[in-house]
Amino acid sequence: MTPDARQIVFENVSKFYGEVLGVNKVSFSLEPGITSLVGPNGSGKTTLMNLLTGLIKPSQGAISVLGLTPQQPIEFFRQVGYCTQFDSFPPGTNGYDFIYWPLRLHGFAGDQAKKLTNEALERAGMAQVAQRKVAGYSKGMRQRIRLAQAIAHHPSVLVLDEPLNGLDPMARSESIALFESIAKQGMHVIISSHILEEVDRISDRVVLMSSGYVVAEGQIHDVRREVRDHPMQILVQCSNPSRLAAAAFELDHVVEAKMLSDGHGVLVRTRDAEQFYLLLNKIVSSGLVEVDAVAPADDDVNSIYQYLIGSEGGPA
Amino acid sequence: MSVQDLVVRTQKWTKVQPWRLYGSQVSVLVRNEVRRNLFTRRRIGIYLLALLPVLMILAHVIFDRRNVNPAQIEEDTQVLAGIVQLYYFRLGIFFACMAIFTWLFRGEMVERTLHYQFLVPVRREVLVVGKFLAGALIAIALFETAVLACFYFMYSRFGTAGKSYVFDGPGLAQLGSYLLVTALACLGYGAVFLAFSLLFKNPIIPGVVIMGWEAIAPIFPAWAQRLSITFYLKHLCPVPLPIRGPLAIFTVVSEPVSPFIAVLGLLCLTIAILALSCFLIHRMEITYTAD
Repeated sequence: MTPDARQIVFENVSKFYGEVLGVNKVSFSLEPGITSLVGPNGSGKTTLMNLLTGLIKPSQGAISVLGLTPQQPIEFFRQVGYCTQFDSFPPGTNGYDFIYWPLRLHGFAGDQAKKLTNEALERAGMAQVAQRKVAGYSKGMRQRIRLAQAIAHHPSVLVLDEPLNGLDPMARSESIALFESIAKQGMHVIISSHILEEVDRISDRVVLMSSGYVVAEGQIHDVRREVRDHPMQILVQCSNPSRLAAAAFELDHVVEAKMLSDGHGVLVRTRDAEQFYLLLNKIVSSGLVEVDAVAPADDDVNSIYQYLIGSEGGPA
Repeated sequence: MSVQDLVVRTQKWTKVQPWRLYGSQVSVLVRNEVRRNLFTRRRIGIYLLALLPVLMILAHVIFDRRNVNPAQIEEDTQVLAGIVQLYYFRLGIFFACMAIFTWLFRGEMVERTLHYQFLVPVRREVLVVGKFLAGALIAIALFETAVLACFYFMYSRFGTAGKSYVFDGPGLAQLGSYLLVTALACLGYGAVFLAFSLLFKNPIIPGVVIMGWEAIAPIFPAWAQRLSITFYLKHLCPVPLPIRGPLAIFTVVSEPVSPFIAVLGLLCLTIAILALSCFLIHRMEITYTAD
């Protein structure tokens, strides 16, 4: 299998709506796993997803998904499931039919489509209300029935536009567990979300967007390392924080070492985390300080989002 | 069989037998569209368009039941020809097809549900064909029923004489021709309005232009008349209508066309317009906010 046959590739993709910029010169490739698209409203996340699934066409550039393009719809949409943000449904449809009839369009016979429909409804936790009209569903239920439709045909690429919107905490954690289990099977899961804490917990990589541009892209830790303007924060819980803070200040790249209020640790801000970790190793091996825990304090999507885009991540 | 096996097996057969897949997709699309579009409150106007002449004939039958004279059959045959050619072809079927066929895609844009059709493994050409057939099925079922009802009420009031006109005279052949022409009118206008819904955001204005063109086409040279739907329909109608009114002096009488050529010509025109729709659907994007 060629690398392209496993990847999602954007090559210099731009999209303009008349004179309005959707996305501009986007190039990246994604490996299987969970990828989060993060950015404020209007940054181009939905445009990117619509481009990926062929709902809109790029003004320039090319996109391929596992070596396929939306111009080959039969092969393409067997591999791709898209849970859009459009909160509209065919009039009069119920939850069951909403999943069953698209499966028939895939070529599944009646009994096979029925089996897959029931399985998808179970996975999305919608089996009990499947015979009810979608028009009577709550926002969270509508979200989940769309998710059920997107996963019903067992796609290799699952594209989810704000999939956690409107879900209660229980449904949210169930959905996240579902995304993780799909990703563990070697599939692509692409999520756009404003709920950065949850995205951060499950993402293998992140694409940060702002005003139609990709600001940063890659594994979260790598992206964080690239943000050199903002020193990394490292939290060290230890027995002798003042000694550690004093040693840290001797390093040029350490810009701040702040004692924790409980007196059991120190928060260090450094421009060279690798060097700081070497120092920490030395201090620990010399026996001057006993370290209980070391953890990056801003090595997450929320911090990167704040540093690069400049606004607080949180529900829109 | 596990779910994964099931998915793989289906993917295999659809790859080997694409035409079987297209066939099953068209049947699912037709089923869904008919269910969605036939029995809805939005269609009441179309039912009225189809049933208006039926109600008028029925009223005529009820209120004029004492003055039934078999000698009127010829006159009523002319009235029926007028109803079919002037009302159904120029107004009823025209406006019903405009409402049904422009709604197939444009309606889904308005209801913001078209993306569901674009996110399934269906070629867009198959989508066009499926939707067109569904629209045609609805329009044909509605107007054939209406024409049949008009015909029945028109001749049933004459009792034995009417029965004899239908079964021993030219009646049955006329009915066959009307049903054929009605079906062809639905297909022809349907294809035009489907293409318009893909070409224009508001297909009503070009629809009015087409209506005007169909009305004035007879004053144009014979070759230009061939680009109108009514040209072919007129030549298939069993009872010719005399040309009256101010347009009569400008009318260019075209050479009669054989029924075979008329049917073939109309079907070719329909297929050509459908091919254009298949081309246009590839340009379509889901931008609900822009619509």
